Amino acid sequence: MAKLLGLFQDPQQVADAMDELKKNEFPPQDLDIYSGSPFPEGTFGEHDPNHRLFMFPLVGALIGFSIGLLWTAGTQISYPMVTGGKPLLSIPPMTIIMYENTMLGAIIFTVLGVLFESRLPKRSLGLYDTRITEGYIGLVVDCPADRVAQAEKVLTTSGAEEVKKEEEE
Amino acid sequence: MYYRRTLTDAQINDELLGTVMTTPLRWVVIASFLAVILMGTFSAVGFMINQGLGVTGLRQPVFWGFFITNFVFWVGISHAGVMISAILRLSQAEWRRPMVRAAETMTVFSLMCSLSMPLIHAGRPWRIFYWVFPYDWARGIWPDVRSPLIWDPTAIITYLLSSSLFVYTALIPDLAIIRDRSTGWRRPVYGALALGWHGNPRQWKLQGLAGILLSALILPVFVSVHSIVSWDFGVSLVPSWHVTVFAPYFVIGAVHSGVCAVVTLMIVMRKLYKLENFIWEEHIDALARLLIVVATGWMFFFWLDLIYALWLREEQELTVWMLRMFEPPWSWMFLVFFMCSYVIPVPLWMFRRVRRSFTMMLWTSLLVNVGMFLERFIIIVPALMRKGPMTFDYATYRFSPIEFTVLGGSIALVAFLLLMFSKFFPLIPLWEEKEGQVLADSVRVGKLDVPGIVKEH
Repeated sequence: MAKLLGLFQDPQQVADAMDELKKNEFPPQDLDIYSGSPFPEGTFGEHDPNHRLFMFPLVGALIGFSIGLLWTAGTQISYPMVTGGKPLLSIPPMTIIMYENTMLGAIIFTVLGVLFESRLPKRSLGLYDTRITEGYIGLVVDCPADRVAQAEKVLTTSGAEEVKKEEEE
Repeated sequence: MYYRRTLTDAQINDELLGTVMTTPLRWVVIASFLAVILMGTFSAVGFMINQGLGVTGLRQPVFWGFFITNFVFWVGISHAGVMISAILRLSQAEWRRPMVRAAETMTVFSLMCSLSMPLIHAGRPWRIFYWVFPYDWARGIWPDVRSPLIWDPTAIITYLLSSSLFVYTALIPDLAIIRDRSTGWRRPVYGALALGWHGNPRQWKLQGLAGILLSALILPVFVSVHSIVSWDFGVSLVPSWHVTVFAPYFVIGAVHSGVCAVVTLMIVMRKLYKLENFIWEEHIDALARLLIVVATGWMFFFWLDLIYALWLREEQELTVWMLRMFEPPWSWMFLVFFMCSYVIPVPLWMFRRVRRSFTMMLWTSLLVNVGMFLERFIIIVPALMRKGPMTFDYATYRFSPIEFTVLGGSIALVAFLLLMFSKFFPLIPLWEEKEGQVLADSVRVGKLDVPGIVKEH
């Protein structure tokens, strides 16, 4: 397998290159776009990425709630202080701490979810160009070694200013 | 009407990364000046720890003074940062772009500053950990979760961690920009912090979702934190504190002082870092209009607090209010607070010329925060200045030079941390500015080109 990175300045050229690559039967999941700023979804005709981010805050909230319950109920049971004959577990103050822990759990897990679903962290940048964060748009093509020339031709004819290549095992 | 300046990605990078990639002389001068103030503050705190709390103005029966006022003040300042950012992100307001990160960062540093205040106030800071952690594993004694002194650290630590994660998540794409521009030791450091960000559609989509999800999660935390701070007072039996209106009153007061702090910060940033292309009159104007509403809402709760006291006709409650309003020195503080927080700034903000003047907005926003500090001070101290049935020793609270130094030091600390942050990270999110450029368009209506924004949804 090989990887190619075409560098473009115009988003329209990237969209055209994507269309041409798809016409030449390069699977959409083997094409990727790198840009220095977000473009509206579907600008380049890329496939819609699936994710399960919304599950993460729910799981985090449940874990946070459980920790809050364990902490507040556990400490009161571990060291019972009966005040004025009232029930040992004082629910209103417990809810304050449980609420904060629930929210903290949800937020921590949301951030973890964003990183996980974004496939971060990555140890190596791989085929990349620093001009991408200066305004260039990179179109990445993953293809078998025997189709490199075809992919490179599509990228070049669509207006890529430079095409970088990387051989993969 | 917003007329966005057209800038290329490279221009945005150059202008917003100026202080990150180079060190201007004015930055060194200001940072050194603040560092000297901080050293003085640390010395004052060290002296106080060595000599004991007797060197402060805290005397029977007033044991909450400047330090706790400062704590409430900085928690308040911290509130508007994330609130503004979260509300504007959720509502996809276009004018959020230059202000969100500065506001979020201010939240983090203000919270750090506020957390240091109870530590200093305790006199023996190391013993404060007994509030939160078990005294002694062997005997199984645990902190009492029924105490607000446990609620407070729980809420503030939740808010601090959440805000820090919020800032970091939105910073990742900008860290990648700095990584790509850096050489030498900076490149691996920023590379590690950027976590290998490429900027593909998947990452951008999740970045956008993160902004919305985290905003939605952090807003209830923001409301809860200052409510819990208000319950430090509300659940006590001190006259004038034991009122149910304290939570919304504190929250909206925090928003009032916090939004003013955001205005101050943005104007100072604009001047210091020459950000004229990013922070415009329109941004300050929008914040000022928001401030009129917030200030008036806050004033409503202030009157509600007073009316409750008058309506109840409880002698002790009325005595505290009489002390605040008619007995010097509290009466002049009350007057200054009332004038600074509402009477002077709000009518001024009614005028478009004032709202669009950076100088006027700087001074009025500073004025509000002077007033809001005094507001917290006169809520706390006069309420404690009463003789209870078991009070045998009675003295008037007068803040000492040590406490005043710590107040100055706390301002210097937040300014210093913001300055250090701006040295290593951009205070305006580059990727959000670039997104604004991508989506910007204009529509011809009659003889006018009306600026607009192309939206995804």
